[in-house]
Amino acid sequence: MEEKNTDVIQGTLDLLILKTLSLAPMHGFGIARRVEQVSRGVFKVNPGSLLVALQRLERAGWLDAEWRQTENARRAKFYTLTKAGRKQLEVETEDWNRRAGAVMRLLKAEG
Amino acid sequence: MSLWRQVSRGLWTLTHRRAADQDLADELQHYLEQLGPERASQARVTMAREEARSYGWENLIEQTLADIRYAARRLRSSPAFTIIAALTLAVGVGASTAIFSVVYPILFEPLPYPDAGRVLMISDRGAGGNRVDVTFGTYAELAARGRSLSALAVAKAWQPTLTGRAEPERLDGQRVSADYFRVLGIPPLLGRNFDAADDRPHGANLAMISDALWRTRFAGDSAIIGQPIALDGDRFTVIGVMPGGFDNVLQPSAQIWSLLQYESSAGFFGAAGNHDAREWGHHLTMIARVRAGLSVETARRELGDLARTPAPEFARPYWANLDNGLIVHALQDDVTAGVRPALLAILGAVLLVLAIACVNVTNLLLARGVQRRGELGMRAALGASRGRIVRQLLIESLVLALLGGALGLAFASAGTRVLVALSPPELPRSSAIGINGPVFLSAFGVTLLCGVCIGLIPALQHQRPRLRSTRGALVVAEVALALVLLVGAGLLLRSLDSLLSIPPGFNSARVLTMQVQLPSERVARQTLDAVRRVPGVTSAAFTSQLPLSGEVDGYGVHLESGDYSALRYTASAGYPQTLGITLRRGRLLDGHDIAGRPRVVLVSESFAKRIGGDPIGQRLRMGPDSGWSTIVGVVGNVKQVSLAADETDAVYMTTPQWIWFDSKQSLVIRASDDPAASDLAALTPAIKAAIWSVDKDVPVVRVAAMTDLVARSEARRRFALTVFEAFGLVALALAAIGLYGVLSGSVTERLREIGVRSALGASPAGITTLIVRQGMTLAALGVVIGLVGAVAASRAIGSLLFGVTAFDSVTYVGVVLVLLGVSLLACWLPAVRASGVAPLISLRSP
Repeated sequence: MEEKNTDVIQGTLDLLILKTLSLAPMHGFGIARRVEQVSRGVFKVNPGSLLVALQRLERAGWLDAEWRQTENARRAKFYTLTKAGRKQLEVETEDWNRRAGAVMRLLKAEG
Repeated sequence: MSLWRQVSRGLWTLTHRRAADQDLADELQHYLEQLGPERASQARVTMAREEARSYGWENLIEQTLADIRYAARRLRSSPAFTIIAALTLAVGVGASTAIFSVVYPILFEPLPYPDAGRVLMISDRGAGGNRVDVTFGTYAELAARGRSLSALAVAKAWQPTLTGRAEPERLDGQRVSADYFRVLGIPPLLGRNFDAADDRPHGANLAMISDALWRTRFAGDSAIIGQPIALDGDRFTVIGVMPGGFDNVLQPSAQIWSLLQYESSAGFFGAAGNHDAREWGHHLTMIARVRAGLSVETARRELGDLARTPAPEFARPYWANLDNGLIVHALQDDVTAGVRPALLAILGAVLLVLAIACVNVTNLLLARGVQRRGELGMRAALGASRGRIVRQLLIESLVLALLGGALGLAFASAGTRVLVALSPPELPRSSAIGINGPVFLSAFGVTLLCGVCIGLIPALQHQRPRLRSTRGALVVAEVALALVLLVGAGLLLRSLDSLLSIPPGFNSARVLTMQVQLPSERVARQTLDAVRRVPGVTSAAFTSQLPLSGEVDGYGVHLESGDYSALRYTASAGYPQTLGITLRRGRLLDGHDIAGRPRVVLVSESFAKRIGGDPIGQRLRMGPDSGWSTIVGVVGNVKQVSLAADETDAVYMTTPQWIWFDSKQSLVIRASDDPAASDLAALTPAIKAAIWSVDKDVPVVRVAAMTDLVARSEARRRFALTVFEAFGLVALALAAIGLYGVLSGSVTERLREIGVRSALGASPAGITTLIVRQGMTLAALGVVIGLVGAVAASRAIGSLLFGVTAFDSVTYVGVVLVLLGVSLLACWLPAVRASGVAPLISLRSP
């Protein structure tokens, strides 16, 4: 309950995952850590939700998954953005900008 | 791409659950190791795993499978409940499936002909708007003048005797015009069809045979085409074999077809009016196929126009002048019209039974729900969502319904055979009745529907049970439905009673009948003499048509006062005495009224009344007979068509005085009162031997006691009645069980309260009254609601009723009394149990 305020905004987790993976293939924890770091701790990622999102994106064909060795010689499941995923990232980014812009305009508007 | 991934990943997970779980566990393990122990509590791990696991459509399947396994386990753990509930559902599903299998080919399936909607049945319209078979002249005229029909054909029944191979066999067949099979649209499987060139007077004797006859009599040998066979002593050449699937709805029992070969050249029907030929009798069934591209309505209009506008080159006799127009029906409607009301009534009845069965099982499930409240509460407390619990309960009821449905299908396949055996002989398309694809699908659909229906109320009520009122309402519904069925059964029973109490116009007791095919009048006379000599026979006579046997032979009758129509009986002189038809006026016919003597006839009372004046001495001419006959006597009315029908206008004359000899005759034999000789069945062999002593090739068929013919004539109502009675009893039993179940459940729930009451001094009688009053209130409420339904339902079966109104008070009072009596019985046992409750129980029970 105490994490409520720092949960990822509903519906943006997919976007954050796609964006993160557009830089480099990563395993689940890597994605969560990066989201938390880049957002300076504003967003905390719940592992359950993350794994569900990763499964969903994988099945949608936007990610490929593969077990690989990590740098410290452990096995981890790495996710790679596919071509379709890259396209989806563009779509979702644009969508997000449009909405965020609209929200901002509403907040700035004077009575 | 993504759909492919959805399916393949889901299937992989389904089939490799362990590996998939391991994969997920490894990934999570890695994640949490990185996260560090302080943030990876056990609860978090479990929750994360469950969350990640629940993703994907395959989980829905897995959960459902788990629910099904669980449901099966629960049902196994309470076998008594499961057996009772499944059997109840099986009765409902089985009965409705069996009924549907009978009803489906008749009411819902098109006839098995190409473009069956274009096939019409055309009949002449009688003066009373009734249907009359057409004459050959009408056929010849319509065939020549009609433009909207691509094929037109007539047919009449024909019963030739096949000889020459094995023993003589009387076949059922039809004489048809050349286009008969073209109208139906079914070509022969082997050989060729009849052609117009074949259908002319004195043409070659040709025959087509059914697949069944081909296989049984001719070993399915295709060399039969072109071979001669002997029918009634004449040589016929087999030219074609009809396919096995051919369903000849006009005469389903027909095995062989030949041509009418009537004279049909235009000159024959010319202004000269060649009307004294046999072709002009109303004895043909006419069917037609509407030309492709034209509507049935166009054809109907054209036929009406043709009937209204006689053409000079087709002179019409007065009895076939088409003044009343033609009756044109789709063949489909014609075939099914007779049985439609009975079948719809039965379909309605079976739906009521199904509803009662479902209500009963719902009640059982609700009662079980009480015992399961703890279990479901526990599940909810552990986090099961409302939807999840509803789904689980629905799956349980569906599993139960499928069990009942499977049993029901077994019941249905037996029930279908029973129904076909019970069904009236005129039930059309009985060869198409069985458990086939559509019937199976309907059973499956009904089963699923039952599963949802019986599960819905318990599933929706698991949280806030208002059990007592719900179960009460269900019992009220059961009683009401049972009342509707019982009233229907009661009304049908009373109808049949009042029908069978109608005097048929003859004395059916101790009368044996059989149909024979006689080669000549001389053989007929000798046969009669031989039969009269058989010990135990009081009298014997021949008639061209036998009352209530299904035969109807009507003709136009011309008197100086006007034109009428009447049934024609040509009979041997002793016929009225043998059958016990009473003489009202004048004299009966006797052995002196033979060929060459003045022609005399008897008429029925109703006909005498219709022609008016003193009938004795009036002269009449009948059908194609151009000679005058004098009425010498009036006899009582005889029911020919059915007990309910008032068509009793009849003219009787002796066989030798009619213009031709009817080779198909019914032999009527009155047995003596001597008890030793009065067993009709025992008399049959001696009579057959007597017939065959005159001519060993005479086929003898349709041996029946006259009393059986009377009973059989109401077979349709009797069929409906039998089904209603059976369903009514099932409904009564289910309603009683339901009432009993609710009351005994209620007594169990109220044990404490009853204990307290008895501790405070309530007498056992007082407690009995309390429980009985509770039950009887429900029953009475059900009766009141049921009465409303019964009035509506008995209107719906109005066409099956006879001699009783839909508001027959005897039926209603009787049924209400029976229902209340049975309800009282069902209340009694729980009430007696309640009255025996010891006061101490209030201290002991939780």
